[in-house]
Amino acid sequence: MLDLVVAYNRYRFLGDEFLTWLWYTIENDPSVLKSADPDCQSLEVGNRIVFENRKTKSVERITIKGDEAGLEEGRLALRKGALVSEIALIFKTGEYNWQFSVKGESLNVSNLKTPGPSLPQSPEQMDDFILEKSGQVDKILQFLEKIFGSFIRSRVSSKWTSKIVPSIKKWIVSIEAS
Amino acid sequence: MGILSSAVSITRYRVEGKIEGPVIDIVSKGLKKNAIPEIDEEAESKAAGWTSFENPFHPNFDGSSFVFGNLFVFALRIDRKSIPAKLLKKHLTLETSKRLAKTGRRFLSKDEKQALKDKVINDLAIRIPSTPNVYDLIWNYEASSLWFYSNLRSANEEIETLFRRSFNIGLLRLFPYTAADTRAGLSDSERDVLIGLSPTHFSD
Repeated sequence: MLDLVVAYNRYRFLGDEFLTWLWYTIENDPSVLKSADPDCQSLEVGNRIVFENRKTKSVERITIKGDEAGLEEGRLALRKGALVSEIALIFKTGEYNWQFSVKGESLNVSNLKTPGPSLPQSPEQMDDFILEKSGQVDKILQFLEKIFGSFIRSRVSSKWTSKIVPSIKKWIVSIEAS
Repeated sequence: MGILSSAVSITRYRVEGKIEGPVIDIVSKGLKKNAIPEIDEEAESKAAGWTSFENPFHPNFDGSSFVFGNLFVFALRIDRKSIPAKLLKKHLTLETSKRLAKTGRRFLSKDEKQALKDKVINDLAIRIPSTPNVYDLIWNYEASSLWFYSNLRSANEEIETLFRRSFNIGLLRLFPYTAADTRAGLSDSERDVLIGLSPTHFSD
């Protein structure tokens, strides 16, 4: 394997491409999400999304936040060559919601809120709490791993340049027109 | 933000390798040997080590106290002492005056100033209590995975070093390249393609 510091910096673009692809997939091909977790009823963009444009001399960063925030500026940023570098997401099953953010360059998860369980009221309840809580965290981390795996397998295939990139470009242009 | 927090940050690791021998005993020994040392009333300005998840200020790794079902749950604690600059300046000024009065000189040499500063820092460090930071972790030994409840770079670097020292096995942080290389199920030829990838331009 490559030196880890070199690999982190050399391939950090993969994380931003993943989050950009994920936004495209949420809007255009949600069946991919279901294949990563059959319980996934929907994955929605949450209240914060960050774009970074590294095509310019200095890195340009645009942050859009707030529950009612529109994503028009972000969509414009995509047209100018920016990628999604951080995104807040809401993972929904029939009954429950998970909220979390993912950072592209590290794939770190932050601000993860699970649907439960309630805090233990006594030390005897700690075992059950840990197991239930870790199961709920695991659900999201497994989902992310699988969806990132789908992205990477597409990314190293010939379909990436022949089909997926043209589709994403078309989506970006359609955003401009809408 | 730890396991009990309503919102958590997590850095994912792959544990590289397996422990040879009785796992719980060896993990317990590694935890005890590298438990956080107390530095209050000591001159050290920083300490890092393992502590208990349930009782982070009284680490106890006896028996299977860190085992929850099939998971090992414990925490990294980093204690730091911070001497406010103005406090250091005050005590350094006082000590310098005392030294000059005692020797009857008007100035101290560069080396004497440095030595006096080191002494003042040392004396203050003994009197100032450390500030603890506790970062929980969950280690699924069977799955060779570890969740570290912090995204702070300094805390991540600390756990990577301490984990290897304690258990003689390494942690591989899962970021885009390592996750792709080790967790995406790529074939050898796909991994060759991965190495040669360059950024995609989605805009013309």
